[in-house]
Amino acid sequence: MRAADLIRFARDAASGSPLRTSLLILAMAIGVAAVVVLTALADGARRYVLNQFSAIGSNLVIVLPGRSQTGGFNPGNAITSTPRDLTIDDAQALLRASAVHRVAPLAVGTSEISVGGRLREVMVAGTTAEFIAVRRLSLAQGRFLPPGDWRRGASEAVIGARIRDELFGRDEALGQLVRVGDRRCRIVGVLAATGQGLGMNTDELVIVPVALAQAMFNSNTLFRILVEANSREAIAPAKAQVSEIIRLRHEGEQDVTVITQDAVLATFDRLLGTLTVAVAGIAAISLAVAGILVMNVMLVSVTQRTAEIGLLKALGATRATIRNAFLTEAAMLSLAGALLGFALGHAAAALIRQLYPAFPALPPDWAVLAGVATALATGLAFGVLPARRAALLDPVQSLARR
Amino acid sequence: MSAPLIELSRIERVFHLGDSQVHALQSIDLCIAAGEYVAVMGPSGSGKSTLLNLLGLLDRPDSGSYRLAGRDVTTLSADEQARVRSERVGFVFQSFHLVPRLTAAENIALPMVLAGIAPAERGERVRQALRDYGLENRADHRPDQLSGGQRQRVAIARATIMQPALVLADEPTGNLDRTTGEEVMRLLEELNRGGVTLIVVTHDGALGARARRQLLMADGALQQDRPGSGGTPSEACALPT
Ligand SMILES: Nc1ncnc2c1ncn2[C@@H]1O[C@H](COP(=O)(O)OP(=O)(O)OP(=O)(O)O)[C@@H](O)[C@H]1O
Ligand SMILES: [Mg+2]
Repeated sequence: MRAADLIRFARDAASGSPLRTSLLILAMAIGVAAVVVLTALADGARRYVLNQFSAIGSNLVIVLPGRSQTGGFNPGNAITSTPRDLTIDDAQALLRASAVHRVAPLAVGTSEISVGGRLREVMVAGTTAEFIAVRRLSLAQGRFLPPGDWRRGASEAVIGARIRDELFGRDEALGQLVRVGDRRCRIVGVLAATGQGLGMNTDELVIVPVALAQAMFNSNTLFRILVEANSREAIAPAKAQVSEIIRLRHEGEQDVTVITQDAVLATFDRLLGTLTVAVAGIAAISLAVAGILVMNVMLVSVTQRTAEIGLLKALGATRATIRNAFLTEAAMLSLAGALLGFALGHAAAALIRQLYPAFPALPPDWAVLAGVATALATGLAFGVLPARRAALLDPVQSLARR
Repeated sequence: MSAPLIELSRIERVFHLGDSQVHALQSIDLCIAAGEYVAVMGPSGSGKSTLLNLLGLLDRPDSGSYRLAGRDVTTLSADEQARVRSERVGFVFQSFHLVPRLTAAENIALPMVLAGIAPAERGERVRQALRDYGLENRADHRPDQLSGGQRQRVAIARATIMQPALVLADEPTGNLDRTTGEEVMRLLEELNRGGVTLIVVTHDGALGARARRQLLMADGALQQDRPGSGGTPSEACALPT
């Protein structure tokens, strides 16, 4: 039997019993649509989390003093083991790097803040105007530290939302003078409440100009240098450039550690990627169910068409021809179901995107391919048994059936 | 006269029904020459259909040998038998056995489709067959839109579309009224005059008498082998095998 005839014969047989055919196609379609929609949701969640990460500064490169343990053995370190401190000059030098967008130095210490007899221990962060942009923070009131010479700085402070509540309650905080350690500062801004953030909690932070903080703690070292790369792609070059600049400034010694948020991001990416695969696997179970349905419906079809099979044999059909006719029918039904499910799944994903624009519910290509391929494979695999049964029917007894 | 087409010797066919056995065919010796017209008659359950199925290679004997056109066909594999059916045998059934979802033309073309013949040649042969059997206006009708006589004509067209040497008809007029049955018999006899070996199972003595040779069966055995009104049977098989 020619391939074209086989396909036409299977098509006619399928359209000859519309209820059975539409039931099968629907079952397959639901299975494939489930794979498409569920992976769209899982992969959407992955992208959503990555996007949120970008919002808090995923292009961040952080420089900390001291060589991290993971750096391996460095002969230079073996000779002069005392690491140099990071300084404001180091931070300023990083602005020369081409892949670097912004730099914010960070000096940190604990101190006391007091106003009108109320006293509280706080974390004091000395930094510059760029900090608010690099950390993607926002203000509830007032303004942030003004741009200007990093070595000078007015006695001004920006406080976290929690500090404001505890020290001032319902009173106006802006413009008030507070004592931070042994300095008097004027409050110029209040940070918007963020809740527990990654790293330090900005709600309980007092931010002052870096020069003031260093004077307060009587030190000229930095706790960190926060560097924002130009783009996600620029993170790696920025890291390399930053390392090189610091190395040159530190007489050729690699005595700082440069980390990126990429590592954290990669972990999340992996975690949620695994989730997508797991969800795809669960959805594939519905395809197996559809496969079993294909088998049962095809078995019923073989029974119903026993007389026809006997006739085909009398007309000279070989076992292979009969088997192929039933397999072709199973494959066609599965393919039709897979295509319908593909369309349904994409429509559902599009609907979700329409309803929740922030949620990028897009099925990954591999999941769609795997879904359609699994539908075809299960359809064929579960079609084998009915096809074999049809091929092995005894023609005389089949013809006797009516 | 002509060479033997069918040679059966000591054919046995036993059906097992639970503990009991039914001897549907018992030591059948039979020789039919190419071009013969044979009627098989006998009471119900005497083994006529079983014999015909065996001749058409739809069934295998439990013992004995069957030579078709000089070749032993009992030992052939299922696929080889299917090939022989495709090329040499045409079946006509009492209940027509048309595929209900296919049109008359498609039903006629079915054996050629199964044999993998090219669509162009199929179309030509189907058109010719539709003309030969007066079905030109019914080509696109489905079986349920045809009368019984038309259905049987479609079935005969289908049985002969591969130009088989042997046509086997199991009570071809059983579901038809007398005049339509007569007409169907005339078509089959026409085939026989064209050289096709024709074997017809029938209950109708009058129809059976038209054959040149009548086989009378009883209880699975060949009881009588006598010439009909059509003339004496061929000599080719007179020699014992
Ligand atoms: N598949 C089968 N299983 C068991 N017994 C069978 C089978 N087919 C036929 N038989 C038996 O074999 C015998 C011959 O059957 P067959 O169909 O050849 O008779 P027949 O002469 O064609 O009868 P009818 O004129 O009623 O069609 C019968 O007794 C029947 O019951
Ligand atoms: Mg019978």
